[in-house]
Amino acid sequence: MVPLSWYLMLAAFLFSCGLYGALARRNAIAMLMGIELMLNAANINLVAFWRHGFGPMEDLTGQAFAVLIIGLAAAEAAVGLALIIAVYRERRTIDVDELDILSG
Amino acid sequence: MQLPLGIEVPIPTFEQFVFIQVALLTAVAGLAVVMSRNLFHSALALTLTFFGVAGVYVFLEAEFLAVSQVLVYVGAIAMLIAFAIMLTRSMMYGRTSPLNNQWGKSSLFAFLFFIGLLAFARATPWPAPGEEVIADEALIGALGREFVTTYVIAFEVLGLLLLLALVGAVMLARDR
Repeated sequence: MVPLSWYLMLAAFLFSCGLYGALARRNAIAMLMGIELMLNAANINLVAFWRHGFGPMEDLTGQAFAVLIIGLAAAEAAVGLALIIAVYRERRTIDVDELDILSG
Repeated sequence: MQLPLGIEVPIPTFEQFVFIQVALLTAVAGLAVVMSRNLFHSALALTLTFFGVAGVYVFLEAEFLAVSQVLVYVGAIAMLIAFAIMLTRSMMYGRTSPLNNQWGKSSLFAFLFFIGLLAFARATPWPAPGEEVIADEALIGALGREFVTTYVIAFEVLGLLLLLALVGAVMLARDR
């Protein structure tokens, strides 16, 4: 049996990677990839806490939340990438450092 | 098992051994996503990470989630990202640095965040794992029932959101 803390450590590592990617990358698509990594890390935690239960196994809240998050991530990726393509069409770049028309 | 420096390491069981392989693969692929200079390599590493996470779900006896993960993430999201990269080729082959000027602060912050989470995960006395799940099919059926009873509102709202998001995505990306 794999201990709960191993799952949590893997999820912590993936989340930190995603955080770094979302904060430090210049390309908007790379930022979006970082966000996907963070969502996956959160999902691992939800399912791990479900399996190593603080409640009865029949209480499927952890898995249900994970399924909802997967659906949400799909919606988020579709809108995010559509926005990126729209921005690219307008400005010919998706470097987030250059997309600063709203900064005063 | 005795390591050279006198560190005592418990011998992993077979399941733990396989989990370590899967976790290492996932972690290395996750690191490659944010470290790779070529955006397309990042996308491929991201696909590998999604597969690894699906493997982790199998270890957690959440087979339905593992299959959904492969279908939605590998089948749809990774494909979307690959298309988006190919439609916006501008920064694919690192002419400039792929990092912005706050990467130093970000890496420090992410590292400290990781250390904090690690310390928390190791220090807390987690309860022992629950009983092995016997009837997997019954579990998936129960999950389906949960979605039309307890979580019916969340489920319907998610469906509506997905529909609106996809119609919105088509509207945004459409050539005017």
